[in-house]
Formats: sequence, C-alpha cells, structure tokens
Amino acid sequence: MLNSVDEDIKEGEKVVIIGPSGGGKSTFLRCLNLLETPTQGQIWIDEQEITCKNNNINDVRRKMGMVFQHFNLFPHKTVLGNLTLAPVQTKMMKKDEAKDFGMQLLKRVGLEDKADAYPAQLSGGQKQRVAIARSLAMRPKIMLFDEPTSALDPEMVGEVLDVMRGLANEGMTMVVVTHEMHFAKDVGDRVLFMCGGIIAEQGKPQDIFTNPQNERTQKFLTSIL
Amino acid sequence: MFILSSTANLNPPPGWEEGLLFRIYQNLLHANRWHQLIDGLSITLQVTILATLLGVMLGFILALMRISKFAPARWFSSAYITVIRGTPLLVQLLIWRQVILPGREIPLLLVGVLAYAVNSSAYVCEIMRGGILSVDKGQTEAGRSVGLSKFNNMRLIVLPQAFKNALPSLSNEFITVFKETSVLGMIAMTDLTRAATLIVSRTFDAFVPFITIALMYLSIVMLLTWLLGKLERRLRKGDSHTEIKQGFWRTRRAKFSR
Repeated sequence: MLNSVDEDIKEGEKVVIIGPSGGGKSTFLRCLNLLETPTQGQIWIDEQEITCKNNNINDVRRKMGMVFQHFNLFPHKTVLGNLTLAPVQTKMMKKDEAKDFGMQLLKRVGLEDKADAYPAQLSGGQKQRVAIARSLAMRPKIMLFDEPTSALDPEMVGEVLDVMRGLANEGMTMVVVTHEMHFAKDVGDRVLFMCGGIIAEQGKPQDIFTNPQNERTQKFLTSIL
Repeated sequence: MFILSSTANLNPPPGWEEGLLFRIYQNLLHANRWHQLIDGLSITLQVTILATLLGVMLGFILALMRISKFAPARWFSSAYITVIRGTPLLVQLLIWRQVILPGREIPLLLVGVLAYAVNSSAYVCEIMRGGILSVDKGQTEAGRSVGLSKFNNMRLIVLPQAFKNALPSLSNEFITVFKETSVLGMIAMTDLTRAATLIVSRTFDAFVPFITIALMYLSIVMLLTWLLGKLERRLRKGDSHTEIKQGFWRTRRAKFSR
C-alpha cells in the first residue's frame, strides 16, 4: 500500500494529510502506532525505533493518542469509565487521580455533565469529543486523528474541530487525516497530499491550496472545493 | 421405610376415592410418592447447574484456543468440537459411565456432571467464539491504541461485550442441558424422569406421573427464561439511548423510535 514514504515530523508540528480515499492516508497514520505493521522500513519516535521487534509495543502506543473515524468508545463503560480505564490499568495513575484528571479533560471538551452517561446516550459530536478526551487521558506526546469528523452530521463537525484547534494551540504534536480543508488551512503547519501510496506533494497549506504543482493534487482539490 | 410409611397418606382423602383425583392420589400422594419427584428434581438441578458452570468454563477455554494464533490449539479445539457434536449425548453418557469411569466407588453425580459439562462445552465454545467475533474490530484498535496489553484488552474490552452478545445463546444452552438431563436414568441416576418411571412401575399408571414431570420441566424452563431475560436486560443498559433509570418499557420504546 505505502511506498517510499520518507517523512520527518517535528515536535509540536501539526501535519494534515489529505488525498483521495485508498491513497494510503489512513495506512500511514495507522503505521505510526503500529495498528498496521510495515513490512519494510523503520519508524522512529522520540529517538526510539518502534518498528524494531523487541520493542514494547504497548509503551510505544501510550505515547500516542489515536482518534478514530467511528469513535470506538467502549460501550459497556460510562464516559468517565472510558477515560479512566487505560491510565488505571497501565498503572500510570491511581484510581482517584485518574478520575480527577478524567473530569478535567471532560470539562475541557465541555462534557463534564455526561461523566456518568453511556456512549450510546451521546450524539456523534459528543462521542468524538469523549474519544479525544480518552486519548488525552494517557498524556500522549502525539495525537493521531483518522478522519475524526467524517462520520459526523455536518452541524457537529464544528464542536469537534474546536477541541482539536484548542489542542493545536497548546502545542500538541498532531497528525490529522481529514477532508476539512478549512481546518487544514487554519491549523496545519504542513499539508501532505497522499495518493497511490506515496506523498505526491507537500508544503505549506497556502501553497498547496492556492498553487498546487502536482497534477493529481490539482485534480483532487478542484473536485472537492 | 418405617418412618416414611408411618407418616404417609395411606388412604385417599375424602372425595378422592375415584376417577382422576384417585389417580393423582395414587401416583403422587400415596406413601408420599411426590417426595421421589422432589428428590429426582434435586438431582436434575444439581447436574444441570454444575455441568453448565463447568461447561461454560471449558467452552470458554476452548473458544480462546479456537481463535488463538497457535495452530495446535486451534486443531485440538476443532477436533474436540467435531467429536462431541458428532456423537449422541446418550452414547457419550454411557461411555463416561462404562468405559472412562466404570469404578463403583466413583460418585454418579461426578460422572453425570462431567458428561454433560464436556458435551455442553463444545456448544458453548461455538457460542463464545461467535460472541467474540461479533465485537467490532475498532474496539480492539481503540483498546490497544490507549496502551492496553493484548490480554487486558481481551479481558476488559472484548470479553464483556462478547459475553453480553452471547448471553441469549448461553441461556438457551443452559435450558437445553436442563432438559437433556432426562436421560440420566441410563446411568442409574434417579433424576426427575427416572423418578417418574419408578412411580409408573409401581402404579402401572403412566398418565399422572409423566404429565406431572412434563409440567415441572415446563414451569422451570419458563422461570429460567424469565430470570435470564432479566439478566440480559440489565447487561444491555449501556445500549439504550435514554437514561438507564427509566425502566424497561421506556427504554424499549426509545429503541424502537430510533
């Protein structure tokens, strides 16, 4: 699927990945936390080669939060339970500590009143905000977003993007696969256009959107804008 | 049986001297024959409950083997299922008693429980496997991405949901075991059915004892169905769109109007 992708993402950078479906955007993102295992090549995070066999995959993943298109909240746990599960289980925090931190995160995404609700009782936008909070509960250094707004009704996209903007302003390192071009323009430090398993073009958002060089990028942008 | 007969009803109560009432008296009340049915029911329930508990545990282990990455475990599990599901329960029961555990000193209850547990585990295995596979892959991805180990992800994320999905079929299996225990008489255990045949052999009246035990089986199955349904609804609380505390009917309606 992916071919000769050679990328370097700096700390605090916000990278937005766009491109047609089947172009390898999600695969690239999922390789970064080893949900997909690359057959060849290396991935280094924080001076550590994560593709190396004798590495503890769980420790690697704890440094990275991932937000999915379909939220993937745990339906049998309450909202707060979703947030505290991993920190407590991985012995990162004590139960009370995790609860306090979980409530802080819920406040931050504007859902502290939903702490005891179950995921099925939330709207799509609320679910995705909980999912973001769940990832943040592990205090990750990097946040990966895999089309976080694609499964949402249009009127709920804004609330999720607002949370993401807030994160970006705080200096979180973010890699975002999205079709929200406004978000890409506003927040992205760099835009990668992926197509056919390669990074066909990349650059500053204003350059890519106003003056794309690659023919496929031009075609893609005219078809969606 | 001096004590029994001294307290037993040796004469029909007034008005029960003929017809169906007399037959009921004759088959159930005379010499406290209904005590035999209660004792039989106790054996039936003991075997059912113990065999189901053990069967679910065995079946669960088999299901994990069946989905494991370790090939010999998968082979063992599917061979086990093929053999158990491919032979009649009654034959298995006879083999347990007369081939595997023929010793007179071995308690019959143990033999019965083992036979039914092993038989049931093959079906439970398939039920559990289906339950585990029915959990969305995204759940595992989410669990692993927040740093849970494979084991913890299975234990905390996948299995609770798998169990909930499997519960209707598991309840069914429990009820099936309960009814299938009616052939325990073949290894000389006096279960409910066997107790009834013993009464028939004394009274030469098949109608009352057999209809009685049929009604007993039926009412217990209905009771179990109701209890297990309650448990299921409790486990489903996370699925409803409305607040949990609103009770059964409200949440039901909310589901339909989705």
